[in-house]
Amino acid sequence: MNDLHATRTASLAVPATGSIARANLVALYTITRREVHRVLRIWTQTLVPPAITMTLYFVIFGKVIGSRVGTVDGIPYMPYIVPGLVMMSIINNCYSNITSSFFGSKFGHYVEEMLASPMPSWVVLTGYVAGAVLRGLLVGIIVLGIALFFTSLHVAHPFIALTTVILGATIFSLAGFINAMFAKRFDDIAIVPTFVLAPLTYLGGVFYSVNMLGSPWREVSLVNPILYMVNAFRFGILGVGDVPVWIAYVVMLAFVVVLGGFALWLLNRGVGLRS
Amino acid sequence: MTHVTPAGDAPALAVENLRKTYSSGVEALKGVSLTVQPGDFFALLGPNGAGKSTLIGILSSLVNPTSGDARVFGISVHADRGGVMRQIGLVPQEINFNQFETPFEICVNVAGFYGIPRAIAKGRAEKYLNELRLWDKAFQATRMMSGGMKRRLMIARAMMNEPRLLILDEPTAGVDIEIRRSMWHFITGINRAGTTVILTTHYLEEAEQLCRNIAIIDHGEIIEDTSMRKLLGTLDVQTLVLDVTGLDGSVPALAGVKLTRIDGQTLEAEMPGSHNLNSLFAALTEHGITVTSMRNKTNRLEELFVRLVERGNGQGGKGRVAA
Repeated sequence: MNDLHATRTASLAVPATGSIARANLVALYTITRREVHRVLRIWTQTLVPPAITMTLYFVIFGKVIGSRVGTVDGIPYMPYIVPGLVMMSIINNCYSNITSSFFGSKFGHYVEEMLASPMPSWVVLTGYVAGAVLRGLLVGIIVLGIALFFTSLHVAHPFIALTTVILGATIFSLAGFINAMFAKRFDDIAIVPTFVLAPLTYLGGVFYSVNMLGSPWREVSLVNPILYMVNAFRFGILGVGDVPVWIAYVVMLAFVVVLGGFALWLLNRGVGLRS
Repeated sequence: MTHVTPAGDAPALAVENLRKTYSSGVEALKGVSLTVQPGDFFALLGPNGAGKSTLIGILSSLVNPTSGDARVFGISVHADRGGVMRQIGLVPQEINFNQFETPFEICVNVAGFYGIPRAIAKGRAEKYLNELRLWDKAFQATRMMSGGMKRRLMIARAMMNEPRLLILDEPTAGVDIEIRRSMWHFITGINRAGTTVILTTHYLEEAEQLCRNIAIIDHGEIIEDTSMRKLLGTLDVQTLVLDVTGLDGSVPALAGVKLTRIDGQTLEAEMPGSHNLNSLFAALTEHGITVTSMRNKTNRLEELFVRLVERGNGQGGKGRVAA
């Protein structure tokens, strides 16, 4: 207790802007580290299931069915579905990571550790999103590694592939965070993945080109944000896609801004957190 | 966000006309005003649902006030939430840490939320877990810990930012007397080192022993705000339980003292607070009764507390507290 007096005297000084910025960085690192640690601690729930599921997809859709499909947009079916399946795993894992982690902290009340600290809302949001994005990237690398057992890939546009993955992961991390903010029961975090995320993913051009659809289903597909992510990533990996890459970037950035702004507004107001 | 300089001579806590009405319509705080001076050990007492936890929730930014303000060392919770949080350590009523993490992880992570670098945080975690006799459990999952250990962990966690104001919301609830005493020892030491402490508890002897000043809140209003000594001084009636020998016949009638026979070896003596005990013993001795031991029938603060709250509930009439 001897250093208490010194600490207390020091804390009388106004924190300089630089020290607040440093404190926020430490806080951001702490949340991100805790999230990554959680993912690695329960790796049998976070990393193994997507590996098994995607292996089955590659075997059934890529090998068995794909051998009868032939090519899509001039690409053999197996490599054609790889980008979509990687993106699908990333989206699902980012979403489920942030919903279960943040809702778990609400349910166990340990979110109060963060709410009763000096951390600004943006640090909390960024920390959770960073943790979810890192899990998404880790799962994406695992799925991509599995895909290499079934086919060979040459990354056509690495920058586009990487930025698309990060943007897509960020979008669904933000969406999952908003879901967790509103959720009152565990059921509430299962509804969106089952009834919204899964249909959008399967109808987002993971297994097919939207050019194979007739009107009006082709036009309807264009309102699905996952379509832009899958096709931009496919363009980054294979050099082919159904939508212009710049449109995909505009759509993804717009989603990041809107969802990020909404999540921050909810956090600042303490919706579902403060009474 | 505006960062306000903490004023050196400002009260540790100044609550100004604070009101909170929940969306359900429940008015938890009805214009509470309260001041706690730096270095104080302050008791905030009240029955369940009186508004204590709402007040603490507002101070720790877990509850949004409807109106009014609270300043911690001169910093307004409205103007600079982060600045206020840097001054406060909170030990909540309910267990609120991740039970899958270890005590060490919990302490180090919470320090990180305050922007304390990891190397410093590790040192502090070791120090406070040691002081609270939890170091041997530091790397075990907290879900395996006993209730008393979990309570002590919440105190260690609250110390990670070495706060100037430590708020303890029923820290010893459900804890056995030995652990409770070790917690008192720790908290008293922290207070002596200069940390202002605000304590809510239902163990009134705890508040009486530890706290110098006291406020009683009931139905969202402060009904008493004074020093512990002054409050206890208002108790003008005392009831003593006397263990006696020689009580063979009827209970003697003594001037100014109402004696009641409990059993063959016990008497209850109700008398004014100022009554001379020597004269009581002398009178009993004259009747052949020897007092072998003596104790207060109830804790003095408990008696006052019950009277104040009953008076607030309109069940008074006893009104023996010169408030």
